[in-house]
Amino acid sequence: MSLALSGAARTPARRWRLPGTPGQIALALGIGAFLVAFLIVPVGSVIYVAFTEKGSGTFTLVNFADFFRTDLFLRSFWNSFYVSAATVVLASVFALPLAYITTRFDFRGAVIVQTLGFLPLIMPPFVGAVSMQLLFGRNGTVNLLMMDWFGIRIPFMEGLNGVIFVQAIHYFPFILINLSAALRNIDRAMEEAAQNLGSSGIRLFRRIVLPLAMPGYIAGASLVFVKVFDDLATPLLLNVKDMLAPQAYLRVTSIGIADPMGYVIAVVLIVVSVAAMWISALALKGRDYATTQRGGGGLARRKMRGWESALAYGVVGLILLLVLAPHIGLLLLSFATIWSYSPLPDGFTLAHYGRVFGESSLYIKNTLIYATLAGGIDVVLGVAIAYLVLRTKLVGRQWLDWAAMAALAVPGVVLGIGYLRTFFGVHLPDGTPLATLWIVIVLALAIRRLPYALRACYAALQQISESLEEAAENLGATKARTVRRIVVPLMTGGILAGFVTSFATAAVELSATLMLVQSNADAPLAYGLYVFMQSAAGRGPGAALGVIAVLLVAACTLLSQYILDRNQKNRGAS
Amino acid sequence: MTATAQKMARPTAAPEAALHTEALDVRIEGINLSYGSNHVLKDIDLDIHAGEFFAFLGPSGCGKTTLLRLIAGFNTADTGTVSVGGRDIGRLPPWKRDVGLVFQSYALWPHMNVAQNVAFGLEERGVARAEIRRRVGAALEIVGLSHLADRRPSQLSGGQQQRVALARTVVIEPKVLLLDEPLSNLDAKMRVQVRRELRDLQQRLGLTTIFVTHDQEEANTVCDRIAVMSDGIVQQVGTPMELYERPANLFVANFLGTANVVEGVVCGSGTARVFETTGGWRLPVASGAEVPAGARLVFRPQVARIVEGQAGVPALMGEVVRREFLGSLVRYGVASGGQEITVDEPFRPGQGQHEIGARVAVEVPMSAVLWLA
Repeated sequence: MSLALSGAARTPARRWRLPGTPGQIALALGIGAFLVAFLIVPVGSVIYVAFTEKGSGTFTLVNFADFFRTDLFLRSFWNSFYVSAATVVLASVFALPLAYITTRFDFRGAVIVQTLGFLPLIMPPFVGAVSMQLLFGRNGTVNLLMMDWFGIRIPFMEGLNGVIFVQAIHYFPFILINLSAALRNIDRAMEEAAQNLGSSGIRLFRRIVLPLAMPGYIAGASLVFVKVFDDLATPLLLNVKDMLAPQAYLRVTSIGIADPMGYVIAVVLIVVSVAAMWISALALKGRDYATTQRGGGGLARRKMRGWESALAYGVVGLILLLVLAPHIGLLLLSFATIWSYSPLPDGFTLAHYGRVFGESSLYIKNTLIYATLAGGIDVVLGVAIAYLVLRTKLVGRQWLDWAAMAALAVPGVVLGIGYLRTFFGVHLPDGTPLATLWIVIVLALAIRRLPYALRACYAALQQISESLEEAAENLGATKARTVRRIVVPLMTGGILAGFVTSFATAAVELSATLMLVQSNADAPLAYGLYVFMQSAAGRGPGAALGVIAVLLVAACTLLSQYILDRNQKNRGAS
Repeated sequence: MTATAQKMARPTAAPEAALHTEALDVRIEGINLSYGSNHVLKDIDLDIHAGEFFAFLGPSGCGKTTLLRLIAGFNTADTGTVSVGGRDIGRLPPWKRDVGLVFQSYALWPHMNVAQNVAFGLEERGVARAEIRRRVGAALEIVGLSHLADRRPSQLSGGQQQRVALARTVVIEPKVLLLDEPLSNLDAKMRVQVRRELRDLQQRLGLTTIFVTHDQEEANTVCDRIAVMSDGIVQQVGTPMELYERPANLFVANFLGTANVVEGVVCGSGTARVFETTGGWRLPVASGAEVPAGARLVFRPQVARIVEGQAGVPALMGEVVRREFLGSLVRYGVASGGQEITVDEPFRPGQGQHEIGARVAVEVPMSAVLWLA
């Protein structure tokens, strides 16, 4: 035996071996090529143009010098920064009480609050912008009533205020979700230990609860900051042009894709996004504070006294009313005959819905096609990348993951500009530029939403024990067949969740599509909405389209929740 | 670990002198607690002496942790009082009780380092900065962790985390020390070491200590007295040996150590009483033995003896069906009258063993048996 072993050891090992099966290598190369073509090259071209001299192609910082010498751009930069920071503050004001009250107290309706708190997310923010104008604008419901009663007017929606207000209402759920999760993850023993050592009340909150929940808050807040900084459609709809994303869009659409300033702005957007994410990652480093132990049950819930309870319900009710205002306004608007200079619409009609279904069913059809295709591409790529990263030893497989996730840091406007730049020069045999084809919109959507689908697939695959696959291989299944018969069926829940997330968010995406839609016939719902909302007469049908969009996304979100729940139950039962 | 153990045992250091702990008695009277229709604690009366190392021992769900948390103020009793050193603390909120609780999960705050964790309770009490530094230093020295003061809890081993939790609690000079399953998150080897250290620390500080556990060995080895609990009732209180020798009821007999329980009925009266087992064997009841109604015959495995052939004293006849070699002793299972009797015999090299299948008699010394209902 020992002889045989030493004999085997002496046979020279193969110097060079393929790190994976040819199929795996081909798959990795294919995905790599896709990411390079539709993410890295477009974004790279944006950065390249920003740093080169127009015409000659030599390296230069002149464009950036121009940027920082132009008052408009500097003002736009600070406005964007101010709006993002102020949005974080305002969103925190909305989210903190909701998260704290529902996680820490015995609060009837905590589930309803948490659910309603998510609603704003399933509406494109620019849709809410219009109805917010009608409710909170200069001559909106609230100010008209305030004028009547108190003779004052509050500039909720004037200039940057409007952007902050709308964005905070739209994005505060990110903070709510993360903060609530963080609060729920604090083991009650953490609090009890402090009480046992003599701490109570505000001091206990400040010294134990708040620091432990901080990572969750930072994660949510940085996400809100980045999203608001990159958002294009909301400021545009509120007619605020001196912010960075609108400036980039306006430069490219009015002056042309050859103008370098649009690219410089795009680079600034990327840098700020990456910096914000990096800073939050730094702040979170080594602070995984999930402290729930076995048998632990999150923060200790306390019963509220009478007046505390009344106050809590009052605060929660007010916040919910505020954050649901866009939905309420939109619904009213979609049924309104005329709504102008009056607290409520003059009359109600179904005509807008008739018009939308008559004329604009094209938008809905396009949206369904684009979002389905984008979602499909995302889950296929997501499953493949997750599999390559987690289950193979291919060199550089991690790079696929990183590249795909990098899309998170690329604002929609930047991707749009990059696509125009890259694919306008590519012509089909009949001479039409590639950038004008609707499939480019699908690709942009797919790249934008790939990180969401990828994380869902990754998590699903991580939960599958490798021994399940080894058992299949042991019984004679090849790698490919194992994936098809064991891995993919077990990942179904995660794949569906990933698909629905991609689908739902792609359906209301506007930043990238606004740049890429070349003809009305190719336009998706979000674009149609945007066009409608430009004119006073289009607001009614626009609102109807908005309601349809909200219902579409809501249905998808519910579906994904249902699928996830059922999947979890099935897993738990087995 | 051995280094810290040596440090703890060093006689000259005596850092515990820096902490002014005093021994107070704990009195629990008439405690009842219900969650809805679930009566968790039923008429609990306990008298824990000053400086005593006392255990609440029982299976999970017996109410021992509930009672401990009640002393700390995290549960509120429906009726009854808890007093420490003669002072009723039942109405005080947890943060005014000065009752130090070491949590099962340790509950170290991950956003503070070791020193900050230990200093927390002193800061909350508004102790002067220099005094805090001095006492934190002393507490860390007591548990042998002075060199890890700047670490985060996540960078410590389970045993070290537990010492930090202990230091954090004793540094406030609590009136009573409560330990909730302190050994359950440690591996088997550490448990033996830590329980000795706990006993040692308790002796040096002289603190009245209550220890909650479901493990009889832990309770037996470190505690002065034990309250055995089941179904929210204190079944018996006593020293470990008392509980083993004279269990008050079947539950205590079975929970502490191994016991043979033989069913049957007592026939006759006076000196002619005979216990007739369900299996049909007749054993004379020792004169003067008190046999409550419905009592069963209970004896420990080591008091019986296996005899091959004819027995000299009253015996249960049966067949050897199991033999387990446990090192110092051999444990036999003898099938007799439909049940298996466990008998331990010391193992002596060279001496023959009983074979499986052998027909044997189990001699029961009737003067050493218990009659328990």
